[in-house]
Amino acid sequence: MTVQELPGAAAYRPTPPPAWKPITDPAPLLPDPEPYRVLGTDAVADVDPELLLRLHAELVRGRRYNAQATALTKQGRLAVYPSSTGQEACEIAAALVLEERDWLFPSYRDTLAAVARGLDPVEALTLLRGDRHTGYDPREHRIAPLCTPLATQLPHAVGLAHAARLKGDDVVALAMVGDGGTSEGDFHEALNFAAVWKAPVVFLVQNNGFAISVPLAKQTAAPSLAHKAVGYGMPGRLVDGNDAAAVHQVLGEAVARARRGEGPTLVEAVTYRMEAHTNADDATRYRVDSEVEAWKAHDPVRLLERELTERGLLDEAGVERAKEAAEAMAAALRDRMNADPELAPMDLFTHVYAEQTSQLREQAAALRAELDAERDHDEHDAEAGR
Amino acid sequence: MTTAAVTADGRRTKAKPATMAQALGRALRDSMAEDPTVHVLGEDVGTLGGVFRITDGLAKEFGDDRCTDTPLAEAGILGAAVGMAMYGLRPVVEMQFDAFAYPAFEQLMSHVAKWRNRTGGAMPLPITVRVPYGGGIGGVEHHSDSSEAYYMATPGLHVVTPATVEDAYGLLRESIASDDPVIFLEPKRLYWSKADWSPEAPAAVEPIGKAVVRRTGRSATLITYGPSLPVCLEAAEAAVAEGWDLEVVDLRSLVPFDDETVAASVRRTGRAVVVHESPGFGGPGGEIAARITERCFHHLEAPVLRVAGFDIPYPPPMLERHHLPGVDRVLDAVARLQWEADS
Repeated sequence: MTVQELPGAAAYRPTPPPAWKPITDPAPLLPDPEPYRVLGTDAVADVDPELLLRLHAELVRGRRYNAQATALTKQGRLAVYPSSTGQEACEIAAALVLEERDWLFPSYRDTLAAVARGLDPVEALTLLRGDRHTGYDPREHRIAPLCTPLATQLPHAVGLAHAARLKGDDVVALAMVGDGGTSEGDFHEALNFAAVWKAPVVFLVQNNGFAISVPLAKQTAAPSLAHKAVGYGMPGRLVDGNDAAAVHQVLGEAVARARRGEGPTLVEAVTYRMEAHTNADDATRYRVDSEVEAWKAHDPVRLLERELTERGLLDEAGVERAKEAAEAMAAALRDRMNADPELAPMDLFTHVYAEQTSQLREQAAALRAELDAERDHDEHDAEAGR
Repeated sequence: MTTAAVTADGRRTKAKPATMAQALGRALRDSMAEDPTVHVLGEDVGTLGGVFRITDGLAKEFGDDRCTDTPLAEAGILGAAVGMAMYGLRPVVEMQFDAFAYPAFEQLMSHVAKWRNRTGGAMPLPITVRVPYGGGIGGVEHHSDSSEAYYMATPGLHVVTPATVEDAYGLLRESIASDDPVIFLEPKRLYWSKADWSPEAPAAVEPIGKAVVRRTGRSATLITYGPSLPVCLEAAEAAVAEGWDLEVVDLRSLVPFDDETVAASVRRTGRAVVVHESPGFGGPGGEIAARITERCFHHLEAPVLRVAGFDIPYPPPMLERHHLPGVDRVLDAVARLQWEADS
């Protein structure tokens, strides 16, 4: 028997204490029922053709960058590469919607976004080549270090955006995470902090269908990942992640909203990871080819090319020019990555603390001695003609 | 009893009894007043002033933006502090209790400790994480852990712990001023310990990483830190009756570790006992004993001994006195330092 079933329960109408009332009307926070699209819809008429052409050139370049980086793993020039092939629309749009003063917080799969923001691809790839953890000064391009532990960079984005807001700076942070990352505790904590602090942050979830091998159905029971926003009191936006114009628009609106001081937005971009998790993964163990084929028909580069050619904004020569530019980028990257990186073993001890501890000084001296002995040995061998 | 102290500009001021809690609060206040980039954040640190009242008055004096009550999520607090430090602030995070800091470990281990290193020195992270630690206050489960071994084992972190009122002020000021992340372990059972201390004329504290000899002696060295310092000083007084003249070294910081002061003392005395509350197995004492053996082997008259907490989860409060190293256990260890060979 419940309280409601007790005799006289009908008369029992407890009034919640005054403190209890929903703070926010959830309705305006809810995402669209279907992923928002621009390409092939009436909305495309409002998009600047120059932007579409720019997105196209960047997407073609991004696709080629992914292919080149994957090739570099086969040639032993990269230790590992988590490709964003198929997700270029998200990567490129994330980079393009930000102003120079804004900050990007990429995950390990987002080197393309960093490169599209202006980072030298060789510097972006040192982590995956294995010679340096972060190959760039984060402050130079306002790109946080590529983050491997899932979702842990999201609270950083919130803290940075909060600090900027306290200082009165007009700065937005855009943080990137995958569908798997939304299950992490840091995702929850970051979104909660951002909403409470009204921090100028945009959370971009690239829902690419898989967390390595685990499909979304085993990751969440939420109606969509964008719906999670409502629980934190921020708007959730659902967008077709392969529609570059749509992602650009939705992220742009979220950035503008954050810049106006209206707080964070959660954007779920529905996309698909066309390659395996990394070159070391075998996707045939957990998904069928027909699914991959189906997504090929919805490829972000093809969608954009179709739109542009149908409207006469892009001809075959234009496509060719974009490809050539991408090829030149790939050739330059290949050449530069084919040179062995310079390694500085003594730097292992340089940046642990502001000042080396006596213990690290001793250990550095020990390594120095080992290196000297190695060098003497090599020189001796060289002299002996071995 | 009060004693006179002299301020930096030569004024004489009265030193009055102050608690460690007050000295810590004063250190936070002075750091915030001196440097507008210092921000305090944590659970209940604002309106309430912290569960131990260390941050009392800070929100009132500096505003909620400088002393911020955060949502209840330790990883989020520390993660946000990382982002704030990236933007040029100097966050001081309060973890409410030792065991409540564990949810923040991923942020601490994967980011805070490694940030300077993983950015090739481009981005230091000047974050101070204050953690009330240790037992002896009758705390129920999860309120009395000695977690220092975890932090010590993580390269990139400084691990600092005061044992006196004066050091509480000086070391916290130094920690906040440090460009490296500092785990600042506050021995909660010493929060209410008192000493004559003048906040207007705080004694200069040496940079982080210097141990100090609290009591000189010739027979053996007790090496300790934080909550166990008073135990060791009491043991040293009691040992006089036994004919032992014990030296007591207060490490003050576990990282950096002051090999020099420790080795110099042990070379003088030839005998050493390391004393701490943390479980012995895998604890700081093993590392310290090894370092002493590596450096002072030919000066040692006996093996280096450890007096530590048992290798058990922290006991319920009604049983904690059996767990915590006390004066008798320290004296028993001293008695086992092979004195027979001397006679």
